[in-house]
Amino acid sequence: MTDSTKDPVIVVLQLSGGNDYMNTVVPHSNSQYRDYRPNVNIAEHEVLRLNNEIGFHPSMTPLAEMYREGNVAIIHGVGYENSPRSHFRSMDIWHTCEPETLGTEGWLGRAVNHIDPNKENVVTAVSMGPSLFRALVAPGVPVATVENLDNYGLLTDISPEEKRDRVLDRYKRIYSPMIGSGPVMDFLGQTGLDALKGADILNIAPEKYSSTVEYGDSSISKKLRSIAQIHLAELGTRVFYCDLGSFDTHADQLATHDKLWTAASGAIRDFFDDLEEHNAADNVTMFLFSEFGRRVYDNGAGTDHGAGGVCLAIGKQVKGGEYGRYPSMKESDLDQGDLVPNLDFRGVYTTLVEDWMKLDPVPIVGGQFEKPTFI
Amino acid sequence: MVLTKADTKIDLMAHLMRRAGFGASREELEMRSQIGYEKTVEELLTPSSQDPVDRYQFLRYYPMWWKPGTMGGLGQAEWVWTMISTPAPLQEKMCLFYHNIFATGVAKVDHYDEIQDMIDMFRQKGLGNYKEILMEVAKSPAMIYWLDNNENHADSVNENWGRELLELFTMGVGNYTEADVRECSRAFTGWTLEHKLPRFHMGRWDWEFKFIPEDHDYTEKEFLGHSGNFDGEEVIDIILSKPATAQFIARHLYSFFVADEPQVPAWSVISPNDPEAVNFLADALITSDYHMGTVLKKLFKSEFFKEQRFSRVKNPTEVVISTLRLVGGTDRPSPETLDWTGQIAYMGQDLLNPPSVEGWHNGIEWINSGTLMKRTNFVSELISDTLRPGVRQIIDRIKIAGTNPADIVDTCLDIMGPMEVSDQTRSELIDHSEKEGDFSWNTTGEERLIELLQLLVATREYQFA
Repeated sequence: MTDSTKDPVIVVLQLSGGNDYMNTVVPHSNSQYRDYRPNVNIAEHEVLRLNNEIGFHPSMTPLAEMYREGNVAIIHGVGYENSPRSHFRSMDIWHTCEPETLGTEGWLGRAVNHIDPNKENVVTAVSMGPSLFRALVAPGVPVATVENLDNYGLLTDISPEEKRDRVLDRYKRIYSPMIGSGPVMDFLGQTGLDALKGADILNIAPEKYSSTVEYGDSSISKKLRSIAQIHLAELGTRVFYCDLGSFDTHADQLATHDKLWTAASGAIRDFFDDLEEHNAADNVTMFLFSEFGRRVYDNGAGTDHGAGGVCLAIGKQVKGGEYGRYPSMKESDLDQGDLVPNLDFRGVYTTLVEDWMKLDPVPIVGGQFEKPTFI
Repeated sequence: MVLTKADTKIDLMAHLMRRAGFGASREELEMRSQIGYEKTVEELLTPSSQDPVDRYQFLRYYPMWWKPGTMGGLGQAEWVWTMISTPAPLQEKMCLFYHNIFATGVAKVDHYDEIQDMIDMFRQKGLGNYKEILMEVAKSPAMIYWLDNNENHADSVNENWGRELLELFTMGVGNYTEADVRECSRAFTGWTLEHKLPRFHMGRWDWEFKFIPEDHDYTEKEFLGHSGNFDGEEVIDIILSKPATAQFIARHLYSFFVADEPQVPAWSVISPNDPEAVNFLADALITSDYHMGTVLKKLFKSEFFKEQRFSRVKNPTEVVISTLRLVGGTDRPSPETLDWTGQIAYMGQDLLNPPSVEGWHNGIEWINSGTLMKRTNFVSELISDTLRPGVRQIIDRIKIAGTNPADIVDTCLDIMGPMEVSDQTRSELIDHSEKEGDFSWNTTGEERLIELLQLLVATREYQFA
């Protein structure tokens, strides 16, 4: 593969469950913050101050450093109108860009379709985890779904090699397109062929990898390490997707949120250090989002489902700083007790698709939206 | 699709056992065909007619599996063991059905024991009235903690349980307002949990339901057009009186037992694939006062059920359990049980730890390149283990068919299902077998047969139940 490392690569880290915006990017100078959050707040002296208005959660030290280095963009007040406050519906909307109707195609699936219209590379997109994220689903688009990179392959128990090759050859024929078999069978057929091809390609990645960076033990560290291995193997992967959760902190928020952000921040720092060590960080942008922010008032021990949230973009090509504005916390400006989003999430996707991935955003995000200029 | 030379009675019985159970060996199907379809339905619906799985046998081998606390793998092992061993498979299938609706996970509950208790409740009451199940779930400490009803107080309402009760457990999006969510939640204030004393020195604390009257909001509520000083039970009665609830539960039954439906969040937007069947089941729910056993009996006897062969993608639990029940060699608990629970998780269904309260997405969403690989590798490895009695029986039955490769392929398809496969798949399998001519039943012949079976379980068609 020639020069594939120079193509822009996006790594999406989904914060599943509804990350609390106000305790991630803390509006520490706003006196209302502590009024709304008598129990679930970050103490003034613990906030990692980024400026006179906002600061990160205390467990985000690595990200605060990266922010000061100019490599983190904070995108405020992201969401969409009439947030349903349901995890599943909201996550679907973020994945498909269809707030009005039910979408089945994911925005990144459409992006992959544009990057590799002839489906020449079955590992253009890699989804880390046991299941495939809907953001990556689009008809005919191959996505390698990798749960454990070290043990990835088809019919690996058949030996000797000669026999396995014979069976895999036949497998390929059995999975080749059948006329008139319908979309489900077609999908299965394509998935089987992609699995076969993808395994051959991805098996190279851990073999080629060596690094002095020692990642932590958390699930997100393992996922980002596998992503680094695949990226460094230069297999032409342009879209990586992984998640961390659950951020659904209705109760016991302070401890849970702390644990999650400690894991995420450390893993992100290690990931970029690893890429940097291999001189492979320049073409990688990481994007963090959650399906919604949480309610402004705490409920005593946690926070309930809210609306407007925050996104982060991280990488050397990201123009660090703040984008958009923190939604007003004035009582009269809240909608059913929630921050009102002032930036459509599809605008944020537009920046990523147009300015980073260099693709036409309109068909991918489903229209034209005002975009923050963090790339 | 071609249906191989199977006898139609066997074929229908195999369909019933795949749906109402976890498949069955050819010996079992033949035995049941003698008894008849209706009697088999009756038997499946009467789990008390069978000897329950002896959990003490299991615990004698592995005492650590009792009260596994937070230990992954161990936590699901007893249930997985019960599914493999039970003579009353519908009872366990119902546990799986409810677990995917009342999806409660150890990721938050942090305590397998309490979720196991919920599964055990489904085991005892799953074929009874849905109202009773809702009441039990509302009082389940695992559910209370999972959806924060222990944080739902008279003076500070937590909507998590109230919302999901309406959105996911009974009515579905679009049949209630935000105000109803609030009012519903208020009716469950004070429904909380408490800790019992630990069983052992240093042991974990069991939880139990507790109602705290001082923390209950006794003021008037306006809920779904009714007003009164409702408590949780009255709210559940109101919910069950709404036709939307019967439709919603009927659609769940259809999707789990008959044919794959779109994912639950789509139900407010997309109509059922077979509205008549769903209406039939909804009517059955209403006329039986939501008696699940009565409704299931009608379902299994309906034409729409009998016609929908191979129209559901097997979920990972079905893949693993049906394979183990087929290959056998599982009479005693063994450390392999832990591997099997792990396999179900790798295929995308970490039991007692669903990705969210929405449960798992079913149907074709089980399939992606990673999970297809796991499914194929797992089944292929077990079907090649000739020391397992079920595999031996399969081999011995197929040998009777002679030595002609085409006959052997058709017999494999028959014994392994009977399976329906495309002409293309069948001719590829025949072509593969013909390469080395007629079978001779020595070691090489058996190895060729195993190779054929491994290919057969790797086909697309094998992913369906």
